[in-house]
Amino acid sequence: MSIKKLICIGCPLGCEMEAEQEGTEIISVKGNTCPRGDAYARKELTSPTRIVTSTIRVEGGARHMVPVKTRQDIPKGKIFDCMEEVRKLSVTAPVHVGDVIVKDIAGTGVALVATGNVNVSN
Amino acid sequence: MYDVVIIGAGVSGSAVARELSRYKGRFCVLEKEEDVCCGTSKANSGIVHAGYDARPGSLMAKLNVEGNRRMEALSKELDFPFRRTGSFVVCTDEGSRQKLQELLERGQKNGVEDLQILSREEALFLEKNLADEVVAVLYAPTAGIVCPFGLTIALAENACENGVEFQFDTEVSAIKKQGEGYVIETSRGVFKTRYVVNAAGVYADIFHNMVSADKLHITPRKGEYFLLDKGAGGHVSHTIFALPGKYGKGILVTPTTHGNLLVGPTATDILEREGTNTTADGLAAIREKAGLSVKDLPLGKVITSFAGLRAHEDGHEFIIGEAADAPGFIDCAGIESPGLTSAPAIGAMVAGILKEKLNLSDNASFVAERKGILNPAKLSAEERNRLIEDNPAYGNIICRCEMISEGEIIDAVKRPLGAKSLDGVKRRTRAGMGRCQSGFCSPRTMEILHRELGIPMEELTKSGGDSRMITGGRKEAAQ
Amino acid sequence: MKQYDVVIIGAGPAGLAAAVSAFDAGIRSILILERDREAGGILNQCIHNGFGLHTFKEELTGPEYADRFVKQVEERGIECRLNTMVMDIGVECGAEAESVDAKHGVDAMEKPSCRSLKYVTAMSRTDGMYQVAARTVILAMGCRERPRGALNIPGYRPAGIYSAGTAQRLVNMEGYLPGKKVVILGSGDIGLIMARRMTLEGAKVQVVAELMPYSGGLKRNIVQCLDDYGIPLKLSHTVVDIQGKERVEGVTLAQVDEKRRPIAGTEETYECDTLLLSVGLLPENELSAGLGVELSPVTSGPIVNESLETNIEGVFACGNVLHVHDLVDFVSEEAGLAGKNAAAYITRMGKEEAAGQVQIEISPQSGVRYTVPSHIRLSQMQDTQTIRFRVGDVYKNCFIRAYLNDKQIISKKRPVMAPGEMEQLVLKKEQLLTFVEPEEKSHCLVIRVEEK
Repeated sequence: MSIKKLICIGCPLGCEMEAEQEGTEIISVKGNTCPRGDAYARKELTSPTRIVTSTIRVEGGARHMVPVKTRQDIPKGKIFDCMEEVRKLSVTAPVHVGDVIVKDIAGTGVALVATGNVNVSN
Repeated sequence: MYDVVIIGAGVSGSAVARELSRYKGRFCVLEKEEDVCCGTSKANSGIVHAGYDARPGSLMAKLNVEGNRRMEALSKELDFPFRRTGSFVVCTDEGSRQKLQELLERGQKNGVEDLQILSREEALFLEKNLADEVVAVLYAPTAGIVCPFGLTIALAENACENGVEFQFDTEVSAIKKQGEGYVIETSRGVFKTRYVVNAAGVYADIFHNMVSADKLHITPRKGEYFLLDKGAGGHVSHTIFALPGKYGKGILVTPTTHGNLLVGPTATDILEREGTNTTADGLAAIREKAGLSVKDLPLGKVITSFAGLRAHEDGHEFIIGEAADAPGFIDCAGIESPGLTSAPAIGAMVAGILKEKLNLSDNASFVAERKGILNPAKLSAEERNRLIEDNPAYGNIICRCEMISEGEIIDAVKRPLGAKSLDGVKRRTRAGMGRCQSGFCSPRTMEILHRELGIPMEELTKSGGDSRMITGGRKEAAQ
Repeated sequence: MKQYDVVIIGAGPAGLAAAVSAFDAGIRSILILERDREAGGILNQCIHNGFGLHTFKEELTGPEYADRFVKQVEERGIECRLNTMVMDIGVECGAEAESVDAKHGVDAMEKPSCRSLKYVTAMSRTDGMYQVAARTVILAMGCRERPRGALNIPGYRPAGIYSAGTAQRLVNMEGYLPGKKVVILGSGDIGLIMARRMTLEGAKVQVVAELMPYSGGLKRNIVQCLDDYGIPLKLSHTVVDIQGKERVEGVTLAQVDEKRRPIAGTEETYECDTLLLSVGLLPENELSAGLGVELSPVTSGPIVNESLETNIEGVFACGNVLHVHDLVDFVSEEAGLAGKNAAAYITRMGKEEAAGQVQIEISPQSGVRYTVPSHIRLSQMQDTQTIRFRVGDVYKNCFIRAYLNDKQIISKKRPVMAPGEMEQLVLKKEQLLTFVEPEEKSHCLVIRVEEK
């Protein structure tokens, strides 16, 4: 059994937590203020994930770039695969918040969506 | 074959070029940087000295007083910022009063007008933030302040408009006598000329020594400065010098023509001719000494610090004229303080020498007036609105701190010898010179430079050469 | 000249939230002036997630958070002029102002200050320079980054030195990479976020140096921006030299002692082409100062009362122009209050006695650097009042205590407090009333950090 120390990234509070780990099993989580902390600790120690945010090029838009994010968190190990794919993407204006850019980014099963609006260039 | 090639587009070279453009001839200015005013001329105190410092009878004394006298009319003719603010030399111990008197007498010998010694009380009436230790001051009402960029750029632009050629990014590597003239080898080809004017600042000794056995030796003397926010600009209304005393040469405190407060310089002799870095010791020294003549200096309002190099020749005298053993090679060397003040007189003197030597005739199409970049803030509301109606770019503020519009930046880029880099825009318009130090406006100024000059974003520089602003573009892998 | 009940300077998160809440409190004559080409302020370049947990109960990116408020403003039909720079705000009491006051039944003799309209001078490409009159002004200009010059870092001044926010704009809005090999000075949140962002875009972020012995940013940003990518954070370190005449070629770091002076012999030079600075934010109050608004030397923001009203009647402030926040959610909340209070000011104009109020001065002491608000007029106080502040050091297992006229009224245990994270206390009016003698007009509320 081992004790792992971690800081929750669930919200700006940043709770400092301790988790008891037995092999791949998490026995307990302490120090969290809310259930999100418990969930984060368990996930972080077994299969850590992150939401990835970036930008992609826009053709014919009032702005050159539109911000995007993975709709859900993706495995940490896939972050750079995701970025590699993002780098090659572009989209044509107009783009709106929530538009799906790619249904499944880097084989994660998670969609890449726009998080900003870009109107057609006038 | 040129009639005259001037090496260096600093204030001296530009002043010579401008005065020379009164005459007919083929004139060219070679500059190793991408713009005018990139060396000593860009980083100094911006003071128009009254003229009591230099040794009576010296060329420095003569040209200082003459430059001071010419400055006001020139500022109107060429439309650059100048203000006759007056200067104080403050004395902080009773034992040194005699030195004020000596300065006064020296000034009078040099022909400086209206010098007077004021008591502490009289001085405080004019300048409330003098240090408590100040016992008396030498007041020189004829001293003033000038924008060193404004002066140099105005001279160069006017020269250019009157037909002088400017070659930038052109570094001189060798000068050889050939027949009646000189061959100048540069990073961008060979220039042949009858006469050379050596206005190369801290490099002037190198070029002089290429053609003359009578060697010069210039030491770059570093001066470090703090520039304070406009909120501190009213702390003093005159240039305040300290009497050289037990702390060595003092630190001056002065308003600038644009309403900031400038504190400095230090004086450190260095070896590196490009050593314009500030140092921890230098900045600490300013902080330590600045309060000796002026109290309650708001050093918390520093927006930037910088260093400049003075071209100090061993003899501490301007070396202007034809080198004795190199006919056709005119020096303009050792131009340290009061070089900025003297520039108008230096220009006239060197042009006079050349006119005589080359027997130049008048340039009938010479235009003495030059209009600076339009400053919309000086217009009435109605005039400003008419301007914006005609050219909406004047309604689009790019630099929030200095309130500089897109119209002014475009003007700076499009005019003769226009800006090609962010610093070029900054020196011409002040965009990026304010309290946020270009944090907000640099991406936008880059966009304007990119659009107006067709320079790819990746090639845009801060100040020419390899000073590129960005290293990669819009998802380069995709392109 | 056009006149508005509320003129809001800035359409960032503060300005937008203030507009929405003023509208929802019944005001219809509202104008927002924004210098940028779109509303949303700095959020538009904060493309990372982590916004909105308080406000929307979900995790949003900056542009999404902004979008929600922009939509609320649009739905209400509030006028928002973009690409418009406010040049000046002045208080002037002209004939026009008097006629307006007369219409609202203000007795000029009794309430002279109420007569004052504020005059906002603005400029844009399309409208030129013009003035609008405002019965109330809400200052929501945000903040700017502290530049290199303010730090006195010695060295050359080459290209490649960027404040983190400028780099963020270049990367996220314009799509350019400002550098490939990066050193970051300052562990403020924007610096941490940019460490990750530059890494994801292919740059090598070598190190983040922080002058203080603690981080200036949120803990979670250290985890997800630095730890995730193996970027070291060097506390008690600073930049002592910048090399490179044209473009940055190297940066020398050194450890600092407890007085923040570099320790000789600890210098370490990093080869790099970029130095990012994330060394603090400053409320942008040049317009406020021009108007005569009294500013706090601690926050550089206006000194305000419980209604977030400045010393100039009818002029309110909220968001980062008031004091620099860590969380946009609190900006929205604060701005909502400012909007509501501006509306209340307009509604009650001339109907209320201003003099002789019971006032509580808040005195920040031992460890508490400042408070917003700095004083409370009891008659204007809502049932509860949130007091926000920052502490000056890192404190573990300490108490935040409030004393009203020397009597302890609040004691709140805090496991960890740090300068980088804003703290708050909530005062209850009911409770204050029990401690305040009604004849006594002036009271003092001390807020301090105590170890036991």
